[in-house]
Amino acid sequence: MQPDDKSIKWVREPQLGIAGRMYLTPLFDGLATTAKHFFSTVKGDGFTRQFPEERPEFGNPLIYRGVHRLNKDDEGRVKCVACFLCATACPAHCIDIVGTEAPWKDREKYPQSFVIDELRCIFCGMCEEACPVDAIELTSLFDLTGASREEMIFDKEKLLSVYDMTVEAEPMKSKSMAEAAGQPAGKGH
Amino acid sequence: MATITVDGKEIEIGDNERLNVIQAADRAGVSIPFYCWHPGLSVVASCRMCLVETGTKNKETGEISMVPKLVPACQTPAKDGTVVVTNSPKVKANQNFVQEGILLDHPVDCPICDQAGECWLQDYYFEFGHQERRADIHPFTSKRRELGPHVSLFADRCVMCSRCVRFTREVSGEGELMVIDRGSHAEIDVFPGFPIDNKMSGNVNDICPVGALCSTDFLYEQRVWFLEAQNSVCTKCSTGCATQMHVNQNQLYRIQPRFNPNANDWWMCDAGRYENQFVTAPERLDGVVIRRNNAWEPLDWPHAIREVYNHVADVALNHGGSHLAVVLSPFLSCEEAYLLASYAVSILSDVTLVVGKIPVVGHDEKFKSGFTIRAEKCPNRRGVEEIVKHFGKQPLDWDGMLAKIATGEIKGAYVTGGYGDPWIDDAEAAKFEHLESLVVQDILPSPLARRAKLVLPGVTAFEKDGSYVNHAGLIQSASWGLRPHGGAHVDGQTFSDLLGRRGIYNAADVLKELAAKVPFFARCTDGVPPAGLNLVTGQEKHPLTTELGTVTHPTPTFRSEGSRMLEVETPTR
Ligand code: SF4
Ligand code: SF4
Ligand code: SF4
Ligand code: SF4
Ligand code: FES
Repeated sequence: MQPDDKSIKWVREPQLGIAGRMYLTPLFDGLATTAKHFFSTVKGDGFTRQFPEERPEFGNPLIYRGVHRLNKDDEGRVKCVACFLCATACPAHCIDIVGTEAPWKDREKYPQSFVIDELRCIFCGMCEEACPVDAIELTSLFDLTGASREEMIFDKEKLLSVYDMTVEAEPMKSKSMAEAAGQPAGKGH
Repeated sequence: MATITVDGKEIEIGDNERLNVIQAADRAGVSIPFYCWHPGLSVVASCRMCLVETGTKNKETGEISMVPKLVPACQTPAKDGTVVVTNSPKVKANQNFVQEGILLDHPVDCPICDQAGECWLQDYYFEFGHQERRADIHPFTSKRRELGPHVSLFADRCVMCSRCVRFTREVSGEGELMVIDRGSHAEIDVFPGFPIDNKMSGNVNDICPVGALCSTDFLYEQRVWFLEAQNSVCTKCSTGCATQMHVNQNQLYRIQPRFNPNANDWWMCDAGRYENQFVTAPERLDGVVIRRNNAWEPLDWPHAIREVYNHVADVALNHGGSHLAVVLSPFLSCEEAYLLASYAVSILSDVTLVVGKIPVVGHDEKFKSGFTIRAEKCPNRRGVEEIVKHFGKQPLDWDGMLAKIATGEIKGAYVTGGYGDPWIDDAEAAKFEHLESLVVQDILPSPLARRAKLVLPGVTAFEKDGSYVNHAGLIQSASWGLRPHGGAHVDGQTFSDLLGRRGIYNAADVLKELAAKVPFFARCTDGVPPAGLNLVTGQEKHPLTTELGTVTHPTPTFRSEGSRMLEVETPTR
């Protein structure tokens, strides 16, 4: 194609006028937005929240993707069977599991160690999707802070404690979802 | 030539090839599913997965007469005129029912089953399976039971193919495994008090098509799909079994045999498979050290290379070449031995080249199938001997060198090791004490290294590329799968640096050079194929690419090219 081709439409960058060159119009545009929010807040329409005193609401905490938890079975043991499927599915490679033979009669394999690097996690929820026994779930805890990188690497105990913290408010999804659908909660499988 | 028709496609096979229909179909690019048949075991035709329709084609009239019933492909010889149909509704229905039958009482605990990812039942399910479960039996939690030091049984997962039983009867010959009970209660077991503890027991874990027999050593260590495979050669004895090393994140997880009809067939021994702890031993040498004022000081590699020269070349130049002994360990690859020998004769052409100590333990152990664990516990005596013979003015063996050290004829030595087991005792090492200079290159500390003036760390066969010549003259190439331990250098790199060559040591190039220089290796000009090259007889079998790979999944033997099973990415570097 030649530069003088008829099908080419040449456009020129618009020239700025005096006001434009002084950047006044955009300045006032911005101030107008600020003022709008200022007055609406003063009027009290709840646009601004006093986080963390005031907690945001979620549409459905069950499908929110926040910090992970490791669920426990009926006897309070970690539900995970160390199948590594979450680690396989995880696109961020942030799950590290060491599997070993379970100390219990009725179970064969369990995670000796289960570590998630929450800083590396992209909270995609693939691990939750992959888990065949609904052992790993993302909770609606989102305000995750820590003073060091090490603190943000969650081990099995910490992930189980997230379960204890959240189980009241967010029952295990396999159960709550089944109930929502009007079916009795299955035992897995 | 015999002509076989598989699904309408005609193929020719050699007159005395003696293939069964599974193998013949494989040549035609058609894969017939099977469980109980194994190319290395007798045929029992018990699983019924391989049933196909067969018939004969009349040569003259071209008329085809089919057998009315389905027949097992594993038990049917492919003869001239045999017609095979593998895709008819009848055949498909059978495969479907066999799968359903197996899955009736199968736990399907794939998430915790070590076989998942290389399980024949899983794979066949997708290809031939009955997709819905008609019987609602939810029994089991598989519990593990140990049948021997390396073998774990999960009885629920067994598909009763009896491969394992036949292995212990026909290959290892000890017959520990048996089927107990009948019908749906049948189970694999050992006689109480007689565990499966023969020296090839690990193979039953490989040939079990499902997760019923699992390696106790590998159990729950890693999911198989994380593993990366590299072709290797076992260095535990001079049989030189072709192996595959399975690695993830620079950690060696397991070793499995690779089919090589010239060396090990489908098998390997437990020593080669499980006794590789030396690779990660905490005492591995991981940096160059030099003795100065009776204390060890660390040294960087460029200085180390210069120090080697100071230590060994001085002896040769001051006293004459024959007073310096350069010891080529039978654990060096041919390429490395060639570089070291070239270096030695580049100092002075009459430097004494010595074949390193050949470790011999007990007697050769021959198993029922002919598989032999050799008493000679090193991978490359043949190769090193040939190189020493070619380059050395008066080649010596280890004892010959010890005698010459005793008489004071040898005044300095450069000794290479690489042995995985302790190889020299204090008394023997003491003979080296009065040498003017002693440079030791090894992987583990030894009484000899303790007496050295300079110690260079080397690497194991898992950490380097190289070729090894086994007891029968078969040369096979191994690839590296682990990075060199700590600050160690690949031995070939060290020798290449000593020779003043620039750049990174490349075993393939060195092998070409070796083939051009040393007539014994002449056949290696174009590299070494996976099944090796016999440098002595000049003849060896070259299995089809489909027959190579490990005995187990991902490339089961005799899977045809283009079958879904072969579409497994082989990681490349
Ligand atoms: S949410 Fe996504 S990134 Fe985070 S651990 Fe799960 S799979 Fe990995
Ligand atoms: S997928 Fe579930 S059961 Fe499997 S390792 Fe992850 S959390 Fe455990
Ligand atoms: S043997 Fe195969 S199908 Fe059975 S549980 Fe193991 S992986 Fe799954
Ligand atoms: S244990 Fe494995 S190899 Fe042995 S009969 Fe059962 S499925 Fe076959
Ligand atoms: S493989 Fe032919 S019947 Fe089992």
